[in-house]
Amino acid sequence: MRFFIAMRVKINGEERVVDDGLTLTALLESLQIRPGRVVVERNRDIVPRDSYNATSIDDGDTIEIVHFVGGG
Amino acid sequence: MEDFFELAGQKFRSRLIVGTGKYKDFAETKEAIEVSGAEIVTVAVRRVNITDPNKENLLDYLDPKKYTILPNTAGCYNADDAVRTCRLAREAGVGKLVKLEVIGDDKTLFPDVPATLDAAKILVKEGFIVLPYITDDPITAKKLEDIGCAAVMPLAAPIGSGLGIRNPYNIRIILEHAQVPVIVDAGVGTASDAAVAMEMGCAGVLMNTAIASAKDPILMAEAMRQGVEAGRKAYLAGRIPKKLYATASSPLDGILN
Repeated sequence: MRFFIAMRVKINGEERVVDDGLTLTALLESLQIRPGRVVVERNRDIVPRDSYNATSIDDGDTIEIVHFVGGG
Repeated sequence: MEDFFELAGQKFRSRLIVGTGKYKDFAETKEAIEVSGAEIVTVAVRRVNITDPNKENLLDYLDPKKYTILPNTAGCYNADDAVRTCRLAREAGVGKLVKLEVIGDDKTLFPDVPATLDAAKILVKEGFIVLPYITDDPITAKKLEDIGCAAVMPLAAPIGSGLGIRNPYNIRIILEHAQVPVIVDAGVGTASDAAVAMEMGCAGVLMNTAIASAKDPILMAEAMRQGVEAGRKAYLAGRIPKKLYATASSPLDGILN
C-alpha cells in the first residue's frame, strides 16, 4: 500500500503543498494550465515539453511556469 | 519595386516591428498589429498567474505561423537573467530570434552595455539570433556586430518617451559602419519620427508605446505603417540636397513682360 505524503514546493514564488510523486503533467493539470503554451523550469533547469510525463516533482522543488505576455 | 527587409536570412515585407504591451486587451492588440502591417512582433516572458491560469493567452490572438515572434528580455537587469529568459523563450518553440535588452536603470531604462555584450556573447554561442537594444553608440554597435548579432537596435530616445531621434548624428555614424541591419528601437513618438529613421537609411523601426498608448491605437498603427513606408521610399528615392537659397520650379523662359 502506498501512502501519499504531502510535499512543499515553490511554484512561481508561491509555496504550495502537493502530493508526493506528482508528475509535471499532473501538476499542470491540477493548476489548469495548458502545457502547450507554457515553459517550465524545475530548480533552474528547463524541462523539455516531451518529458513532462517523466518528470516527477520532489519535495522542496522550485518550479517556474512562464508564458508570453504583451511586451515591447 | 521589390524591397525586402532581410534579417538573418529571412525576408520580410514590413520594416515595422511592433510590441504587444500596454494595449487595452488582446483584441485591440491583434487589430493594431494587423493594421500596422508588421510581420515581426515582440513579446515578453513572464510567470503564469497560477491562481487564475485560465486567462487567455497572447498567442491565442497572435498566430506564430503568421507572425515572427520576437521574445524580449525586458525587465532583466543582468546578463544571467537575460540569458535565462532567452532559453525559456526558445523552449516555447517560436524560434531562435531574441530581442536582447539588459536594463541598467529603471528611471532611464537605458541598457547596461557591458552586461548586454556579455549576454550577447553567450547567446550567439548558443545559436540564438540576437537583436540587441543599445544606446546610440557606434562603438557598442560595432562590438555587438563583431560578436555575431544579426542586427543592432540603437534607441532613438528612452523607452516610452516619444521624443523621437535625439541624436541623429550618432545614428548616422552607426549606419555608416554597420554591416548588419540597423533598427531604431524605442523612443519613437509619432509617424514622422519613424519616417525620419527610415529616411536616414535604417533597416527598420521597432515601437510599442507610440501605438499602444496613442488615443486611437488602431489609427496610429496605420499612421506608423505609412510613416515607415514613406520614409523607406524617400530613402530609396534619394532626397535633394538642402540649399540655403531658392531654385525656381517654373521655367524662367516665356515669362510675360
